[in-house]
Amino acid sequence: MTLTLVAPATSAQTTGKRRPWWKRHLSIVIGGLLLALMVAIAVAAPLLGTVDPAALSPIRRLRMPSEQYWFGTDALGRDVYSRVVYGARASLFVGFAVALLAVLAGLLFGLLAGFNRWIDAILMRIMDGLMSIPSVLLAIALMALTRASLENVIAAIAIAEIPRVTRLVRSVVLSLREQPFVEAAIAVGTSTPLILWRHILPNTIAPLIVQATYIAASAIITEAILSFIGAGLPPSIPTWGNIIAEGRAIFQVRPHLILIPAGFLSITVLAINLLGDGMRDALDPRLARQL
Amino acid sequence: MTAPLLEIVGLKKHFEIRKGILGRVSAKVYAVDGVSFHIDPGETLGLVGESGCGKSTVGKSILKLVEPTAGTIRLGGTAIENLSRNAMRPHRRDMQVVFQDPYSSLSPRLTAGDIVAEPLTNFGLATGKAARDRTAWLFEKVGLRADQMARYPHEFSGGQRQRLGIARALALQPKLIVADEPVSALDVSVQAQVVNLLMDLQAEFGLSYLFVAHDLAVVEHISHRVAVMYLGKIVEIADRRTIFAQPLHPYTQALLSAAPTPDPRARKTRIVLSGDVPSPINPPSGCRFHTRCPVAEARCRTLEPPILEIAPGHQVACHLHTHATN
Repeated sequence: MTLTLVAPATSAQTTGKRRPWWKRHLSIVIGGLLLALMVAIAVAAPLLGTVDPAALSPIRRLRMPSEQYWFGTDALGRDVYSRVVYGARASLFVGFAVALLAVLAGLLFGLLAGFNRWIDAILMRIMDGLMSIPSVLLAIALMALTRASLENVIAAIAIAEIPRVTRLVRSVVLSLREQPFVEAAIAVGTSTPLILWRHILPNTIAPLIVQATYIAASAIITEAILSFIGAGLPPSIPTWGNIIAEGRAIFQVRPHLILIPAGFLSITVLAINLLGDGMRDALDPRLARQL
Repeated sequence: MTAPLLEIVGLKKHFEIRKGILGRVSAKVYAVDGVSFHIDPGETLGLVGESGCGKSTVGKSILKLVEPTAGTIRLGGTAIENLSRNAMRPHRRDMQVVFQDPYSSLSPRLTAGDIVAEPLTNFGLATGKAARDRTAWLFEKVGLRADQMARYPHEFSGGQRQRLGIARALALQPKLIVADEPVSALDVSVQAQVVNLLMDLQAEFGLSYLFVAHDLAVVEHISHRVAVMYLGKIVEIADRRTIFAQPLHPYTQALLSAAPTPDPRARKTRIVLSGDVPSPINPPSGCRFHTRCPVAEARCRTLEPPILEIAPGHQVACHLHTHATN
């Protein structure tokens, strides 16, 4: 009885027209479009009616938003619109560079740890140590040791993110190497490096791409935090973090000096996270669940 | 009498359970504890037993997918038990495997053609066009179409995937295939097809099989000889007809009586064993079966029965039978 009632419903579901791709993966579409917009803004910054973001003009300081100064001017008379647009460059570059660096390093460490017991024992204790320090604190400590520069900020944030990627890759490798298809590869005489390359690596890509988006989003926030507390990029480079930091003193009279860069920051992070969530669902759902 | 293709003597595999950060060995699992048998060229040896009795571990030890703890494994006269992974590679051409689970035994991100061609390229047997031709030939040998080579494993059914696994095992033209419960994950209707395929391939290529299974009907159909395992040891080996007609070991008798018969009117006395299989971490003293044996005697608790040949080709490890002949 139940069977006859249920059967037509399920068959209608499977034979029914599939929704178009963009509707099924709406979060990829929205996240991707928002992120593409931010990237376009960052790349085309000089063409968007901006002026030199570092040009001081004390006589025009603290102007309210107007036709000439879309987002007003800050306490030193710099054009906030130009600074926010140029700030997208620093934020996105740091986000992507950290994601790339952390994923590559984590992939290498994770594969090594997953396939060699000795390396695993030593490497994972180091990673445990790194993970016991909050990542922002670790980045601050690393920045305190070095000079404020773009490369150092990227390195400091990436080092704090590497343990997470290493753990992810290691866990995927450990579960994959027990799979019969890896045993089958050993049985047909495939060498260990080739097993890693052909059977293990392709199966780590999906969870890694997803992880990379989360790292990019969190790196952008960490960069903003570092810049906000003055431990990030040098003040000569406009970033959303230091625009917010500079606007903090006059927040009560000129709230837009904080709200506008903060809005850009939030939208960028939201876009990347939407993209990551969407991709986790779209890429092999069986593997994505292992995250 | 021809020399056996595979001969294993006193094979043991003890898994160590480590505890604490220092990795102290706190217990051992006696998964395989002294197993000996041989397989002749062109012969199928069925290895049966309950789950957890160590039959799969025997298969994996022979394939050196797990390192045996002790014992010798001779493949075509060469001892392979101590070979490293690299030294083992050339011997892999003679010995292949078909796994139980047709889903997890194929890489999900390689095409069916690449999976079957992998052993060929590993040993440089064929490349490019020749490899594709050879793969297409293998596909047809196992009843798949050559135009399915570009598909991915998830596009195949369970039975077709198992055929892919068989094609991969055949690629190196091995002498021995260890089939680790190759049909127990398949539908009954498909099981027969795959078993018949294995038998056809044996007739065509003169393959030997170590056929690990728990389904007695399938084992009776495919095997020439049958070995029965209980808790890491072989309790009885005989040719198929003998073991199904005149099982001697009480465990074999119980195992056979539990198998369903197609005839609904057939009346057999079913021997129901009490209790569970004891843990292989702490196996019983004496005869390992004495805790569940309906005919156990006092000596079974203390004295372990050796496996002895009581008739040509019929070996039993049971005091009831070995003492009678002594």
